[in-house]
Amino acid sequence: MTPLRRALKRATSNPTTTAGAIITLAIVAAAVLAPFLAPYDPTEQDIMSRLQGPSSEFWLGTDQFGRDILSRLMWGAQISLTVSLGAIAAAIVIGGIIGMVSGYIGGTFDLIVMQAMDVLLSFPSLILGLIVVALLGPDLINLVIAISLTAIAPFARIARAPTIVLKERAFVEAGHALGYSHARIIFRHILPNILSELLVMGSLWMATAVRTEASLSFIGLGVKPPTPTWGGMTRDGFENILDAPWLAIFPGIAILLLVLGLNMVGDGLRDATDPKLRNE
Amino acid sequence: MNSPLLEVRGLQKHFYQRRGFLTPRTTIIRAVEDISLTIQPGEAVGLVGESGCGKSTAARAMLRLIEPTAGSVRFKGEDVLAARGEALKTMRRRMQIVFQDPYSSLNPRQTIGSALMEPMGVHNIATGPDARRRAAALLDEVGLPSNALDRYPHEFSGGQRQRIGIARALTVEPELIVADEPVSALDVSVQAQVLLLLRDLRERRGLAFLFVSHDLSVVRWFCDTVAVMYLGRIVEQGPVAEVLRAPLHPYANMLREASPEPDPNRRGILPRIIGEIPSASAPPPGCAFHPRCGAGLPECSRIVPPLMPLDDGRAVACHLYSPISGRPLSTTPASIRA
Repeated sequence: MTPLRRALKRATSNPTTTAGAIITLAIVAAAVLAPFLAPYDPTEQDIMSRLQGPSSEFWLGTDQFGRDILSRLMWGAQISLTVSLGAIAAAIVIGGIIGMVSGYIGGTFDLIVMQAMDVLLSFPSLILGLIVVALLGPDLINLVIAISLTAIAPFARIARAPTIVLKERAFVEAGHALGYSHARIIFRHILPNILSELLVMGSLWMATAVRTEASLSFIGLGVKPPTPTWGGMTRDGFENILDAPWLAIFPGIAILLLVLGLNMVGDGLRDATDPKLRNE
Repeated sequence: MNSPLLEVRGLQKHFYQRRGFLTPRTTIIRAVEDISLTIQPGEAVGLVGESGCGKSTAARAMLRLIEPTAGSVRFKGEDVLAARGEALKTMRRRMQIVFQDPYSSLNPRQTIGSALMEPMGVHNIATGPDARRRAAALLDEVGLPSNALDRYPHEFSGGQRQRIGIARALTVEPELIVADEPVSALDVSVQAQVLLLLRDLRERRGLAFLFVSHDLSVVRWFCDTVAVMYLGRIVEQGPVAEVLRAPLHPYANMLREASPEPDPNRRGILPRIIGEIPSASAPPPGCAFHPRCGAGLPECSRIVPPLMPLDDGRAVACHLYSPISGRPLSTTPASIRA
């Protein structure tokens, strides 16, 4: 059994991780199936039924333009998940390569690269995301770029440490003796041995990415309206927080649930791959 | 004599260690100080010495797994240290290494088949089904079933992994194999099997070996000639039978006495080992062995004895046999016990 499969097996035996997985998968399903399951068009305005509370007609109520909150949440989940997944995937690839190459080359190069990563790391992720979006302008791709930039440094660190250990192992030396190129050694011999660590860290960082995306949308730097985003909906709801508190509360709960679910899965996976707990 | 396969002259490897922040001080670790040896085609040369004497470092420097500080290495007359790019890749193909630790020498995430076929692809020897056929044949040659191809390293024992490591070295059809303590991490029962396999391969394929070991009985059994290393230098060199039967250098003698032979007539001679190997960052002046040696000539602590060839094909680096000391060249073991 490969270590990843062993870790997955151990993770699924933990009730917290399972609960987290169920929450996360439910939200993913709602996002993917939004075109079929959402009761209303998320951008269709209906002035006659504006600011209605939860009812059998509108389960989670309507906003100031009469748009259905539930439908908007389901469509908004697509933005949250797409941006976070895209950003973390990019961060794993870019950060992973930077970390592996830096650790593999070592010496002064490694020192300079890692100092640069430390500079990136010293920005709180929201501030860094804010700067990037403010510079590039708010749209989906720029949001992905901004959030991935905040996560590159941690992934570089995670990739670098095991690379430094692995490059001294005899099988890497055997690769040199057999005339393998450095790229071949890094990608075919080091990468497979650190991939599970990167993926586990990725699941933990997904939660952070969701939060950052919501925060940026909240302050108006997310995907532009009328496209529904959870952060944007929370902000809009604030304007009517006294008359129609559900407007801000339901998107807030959605963010909370997704972050919680992702964190529970990530924690479970991390514990399952922790060598200290491995033999229990 | 035909032209040598590998010719090493004055090989040197120093490591530099910077310590301290405000006033950094650089320590030079003289892991390999001066190594010269020659390996003929098909010959097995032993490199022995205690832990930390630089024998593994020397072996790796010859293969350029680490870059030597100085010296020259020639493989069939070609300069190994000057080779770059494709030339280096071609050179690497002809010299392979078998590692000590069978547990770290294989990539845990790579099947045995992939590990054996990858070098064939890199060197354009074979691809696809042809490579797989060759890999299966190699496994058979090292005594493993061909169903091992699709399995991962953790499914094999130490001895089996060592066989896989040997098969991997053979994928590129080398002429020289550097065996870096190839059996010292294995159980004694498995050691014998792997040694038999290595000797078998040597005879069948006409391979030359540089056999790095601290186990004199293994070297005596496997090698034709032997070089005894002490603190980065060769102190005695020659045919394995003579050097290990009657060592000339006091250190070689001490090493031999520490390696017991199952002979009741030799009972009772206990090895006398004084002190430990000095640090390679602060080697003693003169002969590096003089603080542990019983000979104690005045020049021992001042002059490094050169490796002097003797008339029986041996060479020794010791003032007891050196013309500098004014003594005649002699091949009789000196009585050097204090």
